[in-house]
Amino acid sequence: MRYNMENNSIKDRIMAAEPSAQWSDAGDGMLTVPVQAFRKVAETLKEGEGFDFLRSLTGADWGDEGLGCVYHIENTSTGENIVLRTLDPDRDNAALPSVHDLWKGADLNEREAYDYLGIKFIGHPDLRRLYLRDDWKGYPLRKDYDPSWNGIPEDNEETNDAALSYEVTKDGSFILKRHPLFEDDEYVINIGPQHPATHGVLRFRVSLEGEIIRKLDVHCGYIHRGIEKMCESMTYPQTLGLTDRLDYLGAMQNRHALCMCIEKAMGLEVSDRIQYIRTIMDELQRIDSHLLFASCLAQDMGALEVFFLGFRDREKVLDILEQTTGGRLIQTYNTIGGVQADIHPDFVRKTKEYISYMRPKLKEYHEIFTGNVIARTRLVGTGVLSREDAISFGATGGTGRASGWACDVRKRHPYGVYDKVDFKEITFTEGDCFARYMVRMKEIEESMNIIEQLIDNIPEGEYQMKVRPLIKLPEGNWYSAVEGSRGEFGVYLESRGDKSPYRLKFRSTGLPLVSCIDTITRGAKIADLIAIGGTLDYVVPDIDR
Amino acid sequence: MKRNVNIKSMKYEDFNDNEYIEQMLKELNENGANVIVGCLDSVIEWGRSNSLWPLTFATSCCGIEFMAIGAARYDFARFGFEVARASPRQADFIMVAGTITYKMAPVLKRLYDQMADPKYVVATGGCAISGGPFKKSYHVVCGVDKILPVDVYIPGCPPRPEAMLYGLMQLQRKVKAQKFLGGINRGISEKEYEKLMTADINRANAKDDYDESGLA
Repeated sequence: MRYNMENNSIKDRIMAAEPSAQWSDAGDGMLTVPVQAFRKVAETLKEGEGFDFLRSLTGADWGDEGLGCVYHIENTSTGENIVLRTLDPDRDNAALPSVHDLWKGADLNEREAYDYLGIKFIGHPDLRRLYLRDDWKGYPLRKDYDPSWNGIPEDNEETNDAALSYEVTKDGSFILKRHPLFEDDEYVINIGPQHPATHGVLRFRVSLEGEIIRKLDVHCGYIHRGIEKMCESMTYPQTLGLTDRLDYLGAMQNRHALCMCIEKAMGLEVSDRIQYIRTIMDELQRIDSHLLFASCLAQDMGALEVFFLGFRDREKVLDILEQTTGGRLIQTYNTIGGVQADIHPDFVRKTKEYISYMRPKLKEYHEIFTGNVIARTRLVGTGVLSREDAISFGATGGTGRASGWACDVRKRHPYGVYDKVDFKEITFTEGDCFARYMVRMKEIEESMNIIEQLIDNIPEGEYQMKVRPLIKLPEGNWYSAVEGSRGEFGVYLESRGDKSPYRLKFRSTGLPLVSCIDTITRGAKIADLIAIGGTLDYVVPDIDR
Repeated sequence: MKRNVNIKSMKYEDFNDNEYIEQMLKELNENGANVIVGCLDSVIEWGRSNSLWPLTFATSCCGIEFMAIGAARYDFARFGFEVARASPRQADFIMVAGTITYKMAPVLKRLYDQMADPKYVVATGGCAISGGPFKKSYHVVCGVDKILPVDVYIPGCPPRPEAMLYGLMQLQRKVKAQKFLGGINRGISEKEYEKLMTADINRANAKDDYDESGLA
């Protein structure tokens, strides 16, 4: 089924077919769909209209209005976007229809919303808590949550092997069903949370048959710091500091996204100089991150030399960043309406020197690692992610582009000065580990191209616009996204006119990547899990937030 | 016969926080050390302090800086830290690099318990020291010293690699000022230690439903 095509915009088409939907104009605008009609609207959007990419799913507590979710959905072929909202006024038994079968990326996102707010997703096959322990009391993102309900646990967490699902009976009550995650005769091994190859504190439980992976269950939350809840009690400038610590290899980009979102809400246009500086910094950060990616991947696979090469070249980027920002890893550089400090007088010269140094050095990586027969054997053809799956999971960044999905936010929704520079969007079609590796190596070159086009033309102007220290945003909701080092990093901001956000959600770049790991590791060898995890390039604090 | 123990390290003046090592030395010297045992001790401590093996443990940002000191520019191999072990059983100290959350706390405790004595804890970065920027969070342990005994604190968010090296050298000096033989420095008597150990083992055995497939 398709909506009537006479109406141009998707919003009008939905409203014509579903008169109960309400449009609100505040901010980006969003369409509130009653919970009874939501599943039908979602199905039509996915099946009929081709809205195949669920960008972000945000659970929120709207007080007396009820609990609900905000869905940011995009049509990847036409680039159309729509924001849907649906909510259930019954706070004690809030239930929404699950959309995990329409967009695979909704699977973990709905578990997150259940974990945060206790919203039951009817039809979700595995509604366990995602971040917090099973014995956690209360739902932390509800406005009436009291932190004293939970203390530091002393006992180890019990591994619960039952997936939960809720069904509704005719009289409106819920039936809770338990399904075993693993059968009794399955051979299940545990990897993590303390394991060097999981790149942080991520935990997998893997069912094996011999060496072959049958099923994989991801446990997140070992570094869940509750950043979104903390932001709700902070002023806008204070929230900036936490973004750097989400994906610390994309600190610049994350902060850029939040600053952009707040500036959009304020209606503030920043000067060209700021745009140029931010764009150059983002690209330097990307080079830094991709070099670390190559180092860690090679180290995980036993090629320790590349680790040293990567860090040798990475330190030089950090030197440039440090000279201007004062920070090596976490720069805290972007501010609302500008940047902390003007670029250092040596910045332009050093950046140019670095690029002329780095170009020939990239050959070393290719000679030592890319062409290596062991690396090729382990990377080529393993962990294939199809294009459809990449879109459905929302696996953006290098992972999506390796599968042939042109998902670069810099091209889809240009920000900064990306519309003024000429650069290629690197895509591969294989979708295997090797393609994911090559995308990132080639993106280092592209990043250098972008910087070269900008570095000599940084316009004069102010580096910080005049902004009051206490910022109040108007009522509404906004979403801004940047291309982070490993995918689309989005910020969803809901304001009620206060000096702190009502709900601030960060679209994690890593959560879609770990949600697809079960699909792509099935049938692979257990040793391939290391290569697959390495090439997916997730950062765990970004997943857990 | 008594033999006075000194701080043997790089230049004494190069370090700022000498008080606690002085205190340790004072206790040591008051209690006295046998010449033979003392000499043997200083040889052992010299070897031990220059081959401290860290556990490969990192939860967030500080872990990247921990990797950076392992790489060529900062190169902690110069001080004997380069053998990073992935297994706690082979590690001498744990560098708590990053935020510890409620869900991670029992895991960290377990890792610490799995390490063999003598073992040390280095709290790296604001989060591990006090919760840092996440102090107000509902899920963050505000300071790893709530669950583990910490030997060295390295402030920073994240600490610069130089700061980490400084902190690790402080740990080396602490190790050098300890006594491996004799157990005077343990704070509790041998008997008390034995009692605690047995109680610990009994408690682990008492759990019939102890699940080996759980956390590593």
